[in-house]
Amino acid sequence: MGALSAVRLLVWKDLLLELRTKEILTAMAVFALLAAVVFNFAFSPSPAQAAALLPGMLWVTLAFAATLGLSRSFVLEREQQCLEALRLFPVDRSLIYLGKAAANLLFLLLVAVLILPAMAALSGIALGSRLLPLAAVLLLGGVGLVAVGTIFSAMSVHTRIREVLLPVLLFPIASPVLIAGVKATAGILAGWPLRAVLPGLRILAAFDLVFVVLGYLLFEFLLEE
Amino acid sequence: MVTTQPRGVVARTGPDRVAALVWLGLALAVGGQFAALLYAPEEATMGNAQRIFYVHVPAAWVGFLAFAVVFGTSLGYLFTRRRSYDLAAWASTEVGVVFTTLAILSGSVWGRYAWGTWWSWDPRLTTTFMLWLIYVVALMVRAYGGAGGQASRFAAVLGVIGFLDIPLIHLSVVWWRSLHPLPVVVRPEGFGSGLHPAMLQALLVNVAAFTVLYLALFSVRRRQMATADVLAELKDDELRLAAPRWAGGQEVPS
Repeated sequence: MGALSAVRLLVWKDLLLELRTKEILTAMAVFALLAAVVFNFAFSPSPAQAAALLPGMLWVTLAFAATLGLSRSFVLEREQQCLEALRLFPVDRSLIYLGKAAANLLFLLLVAVLILPAMAALSGIALGSRLLPLAAVLLLGGVGLVAVGTIFSAMSVHTRIREVLLPVLLFPIASPVLIAGVKATAGILAGWPLRAVLPGLRILAAFDLVFVVLGYLLFEFLLEE
Repeated sequence: MVTTQPRGVVARTGPDRVAALVWLGLALAVGGQFAALLYAPEEATMGNAQRIFYVHVPAAWVGFLAFAVVFGTSLGYLFTRRRSYDLAAWASTEVGVVFTTLAILSGSVWGRYAWGTWWSWDPRLTTTFMLWLIYVVALMVRAYGGAGGQASRFAAVLGVIGFLDIPLIHLSVVWWRSLHPLPVVVRPEGFGSGLHPAMLQALLVNVAAFTVLYLALFSVRRRQMATADVLAELKDDELRLAAPRWAGGQEVPS
């Protein structure tokens, strides 16, 4: 079987499961909306403050929503002994990583598509022409979060403290994504020229590259029995 | 796993190099403190508060050194699966966390005098703090990671990921404005050119002292862990020998 069709099969498996149960996406989306509401309760920002707070609120919400989805990602595999079946799947273990990461990325991006306009509307900010650069930042940041998150999800599901360990592992390592993501988003919303936002995009792209490659190389060590 | 047993025996009969390291480290540390407090001149703007420098910089250096050792031994463990690499990574994580804690605390006290604030989100402070968090989490993975080498594998993966993450963390936080003093030791104008010669000498003695202390603590911890392995193995053997007696409800004739 070709590598690409193997990854496609793995993503399709996760999508099919999600289409039938609708657990992960519902939980992530509702959580993200709740977070948006809670942030507004906590800060009750004026319109001027809302613009300054939006990048931080957006990324904190996405990061926590990502941990929700990621923690389910391997719990499902474990509950029904699907992990054994996955181990028997006659392809390179690294492709299993790519498949799981791609499915997780899809869920996270769907939540981002929902939460970005919702948060902008709640804060009274018009996105308009800034949508395209924002989409680029969200895509790059999402890949980074999911690239490390999938590694740590596979790790934490085998430990005694599962859901507790995942965010504790994820946030320090993913801090470059949060820092660069927040600052790039803030820059775009403030109408900076592309040149000023570029360093952030470059950091995000470098992070994505490093951790997709590391996940690809190290994943076999996480699936051992 | 059995490889640890002969080493435990050798350590008891041969010359005790670990103890020698401990004494050498302590002697150097005492000398280093004399150099820092009496030999090195008083700094012009910060006064005596600057003398924290002689603890702060060596502690930070040892922290980074320890985590570099974790990176190397983690890779070694993943590819060879030798328990000695795993124990080295574990011991170095512990000692590295201790020295990084010392660097952060001493830096905080110094910052209170030099900058007027206990903490600032300056690039190097932030990077060091994130570094500290990553390796504290690595100790958590060791504690809760599961049995049968699984915790070791996971901690090794984190040891590799965490170390490669450091430049990325630093790049991203540098995107902020820096308050931390510029490098004074390794500079393009020449090694140590930003420092008074006596200050540089005092610093180097302390760096040597801290490095030897790191090696000493590292060796002590690794030996303790190896001994704990041997002990666990002996207990296992004892249980296995005793098992038929308990299962049968009567003594097995020996």
